Amino acid sequence: MTDVLDPPVHIEHHDDGHEEHHGATGILNWLTSTDHKVIGLSYTVTSVIMLVIGGLFAEIIRAQLASPNGTLVSLAQYNELFTMHGSVMIYLFAGPFAFGALANIIVPIQIGAPDMAFPRLNALSYWLYLGGSITMLSGFFTAGGAANFGWVGYAPLSNGLNTPGSGADLWIAGLLLTGFSAIFTGVNLCATIFYLRAPGMTMFRMPIFTWNMLVTAILILLAFPVLTAGLIMLYCDRHFGTHIFSVAGGGVPVLWQHIFWFWGHPEVYILALPFFGMVTEIIAVFSRKPVFGYKGMVFATLTIAALSLGVWAHHMFTTGVVLLPFFSIMSLLIAVPTGIKIFNWIGTMWRGEIWFSTAMLMALGFLFTFLIGGLTGIYLASPPLDFFTHDTYFVVAHFHSIVMALVLAGMAGLYYWGPKITGYLLNERIGKAQFWLLFIGTQVFTFPLYILGLDGMPRRMAVYPHDPQWKFLNDLSTLGAVIIGLSTVLFVVNVVVSWKKYPAGDNPWDAHTLEWFTTSPPPHHNFYRLPQIRSERPTWDHNHPDYRALHHGVHEGVHEHAQSSEETPV
Amino acid sequence: MKVEAKLLLGLGTFFGLMCAVYWNWSLENAGGVMMFAGMLLCFLPGSYYYWWSRRMKARPEDNPQATQSQGAGVVGAFPGSSIFPFVMGMGAFFVVLALVFGIWLLVPGLGLVVWALLGGTAEGRRGGHH
Amino acid sequence: MPGFGASPGITDSSKSAFHLWQWFSIGAVIIGGFTVLLMLYAVLRFRRKSDRIPEQHQYHLPLEVIYTVVPILIVFGLFAATLVVENKETSNPKTNVVVNVNAFQWGWQFLYPGTNALVYGQTTESPVMEIPVNTNVHVNLTSTDVIHGFYVRAFNFSRYALPGVVNQFTIRAQSTGMFFGQCTQLCGLYHSLMFFRVKVVSASEYARWIATFNNPAAIASAAAALKTTNAELASGVASKTSYTKFGR
Repeated sequence: MTDVLDPPVHIEHHDDGHEEHHGATGILNWLTSTDHKVIGLSYTVTSVIMLVIGGLFAEIIRAQLASPNGTLVSLAQYNELFTMHGSVMIYLFAGPFAFGALANIIVPIQIGAPDMAFPRLNALSYWLYLGGSITMLSGFFTAGGAANFGWVGYAPLSNGLNTPGSGADLWIAGLLLTGFSAIFTGVNLCATIFYLRAPGMTMFRMPIFTWNMLVTAILILLAFPVLTAGLIMLYCDRHFGTHIFSVAGGGVPVLWQHIFWFWGHPEVYILALPFFGMVTEIIAVFSRKPVFGYKGMVFATLTIAALSLGVWAHHMFTTGVVLLPFFSIMSLLIAVPTGIKIFNWIGTMWRGEIWFSTAMLMALGFLFTFLIGGLTGIYLASPPLDFFTHDTYFVVAHFHSIVMALVLAGMAGLYYWGPKITGYLLNERIGKAQFWLLFIGTQVFTFPLYILGLDGMPRRMAVYPHDPQWKFLNDLSTLGAVIIGLSTVLFVVNVVVSWKKYPAGDNPWDAHTLEWFTTSPPPHHNFYRLPQIRSERPTWDHNHPDYRALHHGVHEGVHEHAQSSEETPV
Repeated sequence: MKVEAKLLLGLGTFFGLMCAVYWNWSLENAGGVMMFAGMLLCFLPGSYYYWWSRRMKARPEDNPQATQSQGAGVVGAFPGSSIFPFVMGMGAFFVVLALVFGIWLLVPGLGLVVWALLGGTAEGRRGGHH
Repeated sequence: MPGFGASPGITDSSKSAFHLWQWFSIGAVIIGGFTVLLMLYAVLRFRRKSDRIPEQHQYHLPLEVIYTVVPILIVFGLFAATLVVENKETSNPKTNVVVNVNAFQWGWQFLYPGTNALVYGQTTESPVMEIPVNTNVHVNLTSTDVIHGFYVRAFNFSRYALPGVVNQFTIRAQSTGMFFGQCTQLCGLYHSLMFFRVKVVSASEYARWIATFNNPAAIASAAAALKTTNAELASGVASKTSYTKFGR
């Protein structure tokens, strides 16, 4: 007899029967909603708008660099441009998209919870994010312009003597708001994952995306307060006459870098881990296999998080005042868990039946691009090699490989979970065209920058010496940036063209995890029914009871059957 | 709760070891203090969870053989629509703008924040909308 | 062995760093190439051919142990190689030739303690730091305002000029010639134009050049230049009106 899991159990609703949305509609509904799905969607839309704004800055930068002595923007405007490009992309797009957008929507559903643990705090996180974004960007409308000291704001350049003006203060103020937004989201994610899992969903049965969000949340709580403290110190130096970061007065400029990068390095893993989680799930679903090496993945994620608090000064190798060997070995070691993840992703595909949907293509694009970015990072972990690549385009190319890989993964996440959230699929043909433009554009954009950096072109340069090879490489990189821009246009076109056109159904991908058991979009409080949870793939187990995971060839189902026969079906 | 506790205690222990090595080797205080604080941050909830995990009975989500009916009943309080997150957000927005454009902005800023704190607390006690 | 984009440079430590780069690159090409081939193979060989559900393998402990342990060993190898080069690059043997490099917004000042030599220039004036070949040159690097970066591609080297700190390093150039340098750490409005050059000459030419600063006219003009620089630096950033002549 085939072993069958217990039938799904009807959810007992703890509302007092007022199930339908009564009261506010329209704008007021949006302003007062505490539903994680609405909040997550707000985050998604806002962060994608930030991606477009940051992208516009990037296109202007590349247009300026198309000629060695470009006159498109002035020297002062150029400093504002790259500062705000980096700031918008990292603080206002990548972070919020990573931990506020898809995570907000998906994590509660993946663990069988009705909402996040603190719904009103969740809403507050979004309003702080929106307020912080408006604050930071409003620097452009001040007399002195927006912040212009780089997204890292090094002292003493960022102090009141060297950068007076409210653009800088608005940058600090905006970051205080977005920082608290992130911290509250971190609290919410931890509490939700620790306290609101459905029966049977033990920690080691959570989806890898949820695991990664948990580790991300812990990193947020460890790192963001440090940035907030540093920003307050910077503000005090600028306005209250303190000398924390200035020499005249007994301060230490390099202290800013220690504080900033103690946050800054965990931050890049806060950005990356959610996307790793998305890609893990997508590769498994579209290979029709379970995640390969689940426990190894969890171990690798925890190792990355643990090590990430000990590598910050690899951004400071050229200061001459940090302990080089410690940071070198710790940074080199982070390559190990990252490598484990890459091999586990390949192992997940191995002997699968791979379906090249847009989401899968984007995930594969991430895999290749991230490998390149990761390998170039290994060079930077070696101080003698960092000495001649630091502050050159080699570093710029390295981290753009990484972030473009994250953008590819983010697109994968949107194509994969978009149907669950909205109830409608995106057009696959336009999606595939978008993929090829984004993937090829990324490589064409980044590869010339590696060469330029090694050839001696420093970063943050508005103009560069006349050299035909440098001009050619810059032009090539600009071409890649234009192709990336076109791919973004295609994405917007896809959203418009597919609007409410292709109904998705509950589980268009035959996916594995709990969110695919409920309707698309999910109802208020997420589930009408929940299946029994006996593995990390409850929906797959329910739909394909004969195909649960193999452990060295022993069918897990045999053990399950012996035990489940004693339970009373509900 | 045991896995959660071990996770946090494990991270905290790792940070403690890393801090001991780093601080003694580099004699650099900023990093040493920050790593030490990170260790404490992990030990705080980690020890609490560990203490609790030895006293509480297994929750349905810690039980690999649990049935969904074991989780029946009220899961928690999920305050529905509320204007106070938005009010608090607006208040915080004005408070930080006071850092840039003048202390007078603390009047609307703190005003909105206090309104949100009082109103939100009262709403929570009343049960709020669903 | 190919250079993989980098160049050997003209100092002994630039050449060690270059060799380290080459070895790292060989490792990267092997590991990266192997991984890309695995990816390509998986993607081509295991394309969906039917609706069958494949065998649901979930782990393979021996394999996972291998791809945990082997990368750790590789990492320790890379670290060991790094230490060798790093220790050489950060050593500071005793030498008679000392240059005090002072970075400021937006130019460079080169002082040669124990002599009367002084070189000073702003942005596109690109002041020249003259040093003798095949000699250990000790550099004391600092800044009088914000952080700047002292970067010379031909040395495969850069170091921050930090206010309040004197960074010390040694250069031993092995070829003569004129080599381009610039500021690599964002320092404000004219960061893109903060150029300098390093001129490596024979020991006798260097001695002759130092001596040219010994006549009273040269000493006087050097002292005046130093006084002007220091006055400008002391007056703070906002009053640097002389820099607007560089336009934009």
